[in-house]
Amino acid sequence: MSKLLCLVDSAGAGLGAQASLATFAADLCINWDSGFSICYVGSEPSAESMADLCSLGAMEVLVMADEQFARLTADAAAEAIRTLVIAEGYNILAADCSSFGRDVLPRACALLDIPMISDVIAVDATGPAPMFRRPVCAGKLIAKVEVTSTRYACTVRASAFRRERVPSGNSPVRRIDSGLDGITAGTEWVGASHVESKRPDLSNANVVVSGGRPLRDSETYERLIGGLADCLHGATGATRAAVDSGIAANDLQVGQTGKVVAPALYIAAGISGSIQHLAGMKDSKVIVAINTDPEAPIFSVADFGLVADLHTAIPELISLLS
Amino acid sequence: MRILVPIKRTPDPNSLVRLTADAQIDLDGCKWIVNPFDEIALEEAVRQREAGLDAEIVVVSIGPEEAADQLRACLAMGADRAIHVCCNRSLEPIQTAHLLAAVVATEQPDLILMGKQAIDGDQNQTGQMLAGRLGWPQATFASTITISDNHTTAVVEREVDTGRETLQVRLPAVVTADLRLAEPRYVALPAIIRARNKPMANVAVDDLGGVPDCGVRTVGYELPPSRAPGVMLPDAASLAAKIREAVQ
Repeated sequence: MSKLLCLVDSAGAGLGAQASLATFAADLCINWDSGFSICYVGSEPSAESMADLCSLGAMEVLVMADEQFARLTADAAAEAIRTLVIAEGYNILAADCSSFGRDVLPRACALLDIPMISDVIAVDATGPAPMFRRPVCAGKLIAKVEVTSTRYACTVRASAFRRERVPSGNSPVRRIDSGLDGITAGTEWVGASHVESKRPDLSNANVVVSGGRPLRDSETYERLIGGLADCLHGATGATRAAVDSGIAANDLQVGQTGKVVAPALYIAAGISGSIQHLAGMKDSKVIVAINTDPEAPIFSVADFGLVADLHTAIPELISLLS
Repeated sequence: MRILVPIKRTPDPNSLVRLTADAQIDLDGCKWIVNPFDEIALEEAVRQREAGLDAEIVVVSIGPEEAADQLRACLAMGADRAIHVCCNRSLEPIQTAHLLAAVVATEQPDLILMGKQAIDGDQNQTGQMLAGRLGWPQATFASTITISDNHTTAVVEREVDTGRETLQVRLPAVVTADLRLAEPRYVALPAIIRARNKPMANVAVDDLGGVPDCGVRTVGYELPPSRAPGVMLPDAASLAAKIREAVQ
């Protein structure tokens, strides 16, 4: 019998990503008698986030709360997960493609000696062995991966499992000891610099406005990209080039190695559209491109294009849309 | 100290990607490169040494006969010697980690520095799995590395979803490179010629204990759905109208 555990963490991308993970889990266990469970790993959760986790249709919500997780290291977290998985007999693990999922889950897989499938965007569990689809080569191809092992793990791309959410049931909660006091890790958490933003989270925003190097400096980026994003209650994003040249913060990078987003509206301003950038945004519902070069590759994926200098076009858009 | 840099032979990201009739990737005429993230890792190792770190840099690749070309390129960049694990099949990250752990058992490096992901498989698993398998500390997605004078610890700044985070790892450890760790150098011809005389050892997969089956198989590939052609608009006013429609 299969037992599926979805791992969520306190720093994770919030309810949107958790609901997507639950949708994936429900798709995967469609032919099983049993459903899936959720395990929260992090510092003490708020009553509100517990209520959210209990509304996702899980058979059970495990809570592994420990203040030490606020300074989480992959060594300790993977060891705690390994112990839990062995004690409770889970054979399939799933997590969001967050820094947590990408950092901790492969390590936990090695401790359990099980394979892992990253960035799952579709699952077909109707056959004898589940078939997963995942993008490869910066999204230029989709690989079809058949898993015959009964024990494995996946990270799931939240944007691919975003559906109308129907809160279902009220899952029972069980608290689990983290066992962290008995774990000696060779890694020490030293510090973090988090960029505070009043704007919506980039990974889950309904609207994303992104800019490239033609923005020139961080003040212009904030005034134009930030200004247009605020008109639309959206998040801001950036290209690798814009991050490398100090125009935007690193956590705003959209692309193959940054964040992968799929908002209802993506506005790309002064972005030529490298393969790596397209990999991070081409599944957006509506794509708008503003660029001075009519031959820029970004126009090949855009629904609406405007050949214009962003320094004049964006102020115009801001005044038209405010 | 010894730094081990695992590298992968990958298709050039600017190569056209086509499918064969039986849904496999058509690699005919494809240009091959050192996985860019691994190249960044190697560049960082070479820079650490140039900045005064007393280190031997060993590159290892698991791949077909032709992967020797990429190992030579790494020797030209500054690696001291290369290990080529000849393997003609495609491996899952858990299998790669298994083989690399066997190389580590022989080489006994103090630091493993490698790319955070390969740009073909895009899995982002091997470094973490290798660290887990060895029971070593890990610091993924590194943007800076500072190795202590006595070579017992490293402080690593890493790129995470919310910004940056700093970890101190005890050595030996696995550190995976993110984009901003280092910019790979241009390698001039004399270095390429000199690299021909650097040692390259060949190791068979069987010498490393073979590849265990893992129950994961890529059965084929498909092209992603293409987007309908877009519309070019004449001015900001007509674009504003479309934006209003999209957010309603």
